[in-house]
Amino acid sequence: MLAPDLHTDPMVPVLARVTRRIHELSDIVTFEMEVDGWQGFAPGQFNMLSVFGVGEVPISISGPLSDRSKIIHTIRDVGPVSHALCALRKGAVLGLRGPYGAPWPVEAARGRDVVVVAGGLGLAPVRPILYELIENRDRYGKVTLLYGARSPREILFAEELGQWRSRLDLGVEVSVDRGDEHWHGHVGVVTGLLRAADFDPANTTAFVCGPEIMMRFAANGLVEAGMAATDIHLSMERNMQCGIGLCGHCQLGPVFVCKDGPVFDWAFLKPLMAVKEL
Amino acid sequence: MAIHGLEALLRDHPRFRGMPEEFIRAVAGCGKNVVFHKGDYLFHEGEDANDIFMIREGLVSMEMDAPGAGPQTFLTETAGGMLGLSWLIPPYTWTFDARARTDIRALAFDATCLRDKCDADPALGYAVMKQFMPVIVERLHDTRVQMLDLYRARS
Repeated sequence: MLAPDLHTDPMVPVLARVTRRIHELSDIVTFEMEVDGWQGFAPGQFNMLSVFGVGEVPISISGPLSDRSKIIHTIRDVGPVSHALCALRKGAVLGLRGPYGAPWPVEAARGRDVVVVAGGLGLAPVRPILYELIENRDRYGKVTLLYGARSPREILFAEELGQWRSRLDLGVEVSVDRGDEHWHGHVGVVTGLLRAADFDPANTTAFVCGPEIMMRFAANGLVEAGMAATDIHLSMERNMQCGIGLCGHCQLGPVFVCKDGPVFDWAFLKPLMAVKEL
Repeated sequence: MAIHGLEALLRDHPRFRGMPEEFIRAVAGCGKNVVFHKGDYLFHEGEDANDIFMIREGLVSMEMDAPGAGPQTFLTETAGGMLGLSWLIPPYTWTFDARARTDIRALAFDATCLRDKCDADPALGYAVMKQFMPVIVERLHDTRVQMLDLYRARS
């Protein structure tokens, strides 16, 4: 495998090899991959993954910070490139550039309560935070994960969620938009779970990731609960193409989502999200 | 003693926080503690909406029965939640089934008692409406988001 300096030319991908493929849901696959010279990442960062001859897409890193031996990506099959990525098998080689982007400010949450609100595939980009919170549980106050999924069959990382739910030092609530006869949990939007969540709004840091409408509702709900907008952090998804702030496709007002984000606080994002043209 | 207990519960409930004391007493006067076991129905679609439930503990599912498909849960309510809005408007009939998914402790308020008190004292009626309007608006907003099917894969 080639071993270039990952930071020599940010537009040139290095080769990554798939070491494990996990079929998560009907249209979602998690890959473990290895890259020579990988120096790790910060939670919330992403890599540009490419299938040669098909294209390149930004994908958040969804694995633990502490394990630098592998890079973990969870990918939904929604377009030509992600379809080609999801079709890769163990041993396949793909292109990788990264890691890029401003991370979740996990350090700022130390000593405070933490609320993580995730919807659908949005659980993948916040999973590194959850690993960090669990690995260093004594550094944080109450930790609450509120996760929303479309249906019980579409709950991502269901086994891991079950393990987290069984812990006494984590509050984990899952809600689905549509239940079925076997589902005995919450039904309704994930933001509804906020109303019953137990946290000190004056001393809480929130991390929110999911569809943009869900994030807006969650951020507003957290503000209604008494949180400061500057303590609420969201991960944005825009048309990221170069990953390094050169091409301008992901411009959002005065920032490039790929370089200045994808994580921003709600105080910054709220006025921008109100502009439909952005 | 029981009435004092209900008043204290109402005073501490986010929906009733800040409500004048005489109104708390009036509302509590229509209430009682109730318990349901897992699997019990709190009410069925088509029945008279005689109670307003304030869930203290447990999970209740709101369901509609679809022929051939069984009960379809469209919403759940948990501790702190209010269940039932049909008592507010004629014909005061439940439009869905409510089933205890776990053992439930709740406060049940007699809807006729509360409606009569609100009719007799418009100031109380206005105060009670102010407590319930947010529930209606939140339900509307949540339903809107739920209908958007946000987690569906989009290319």
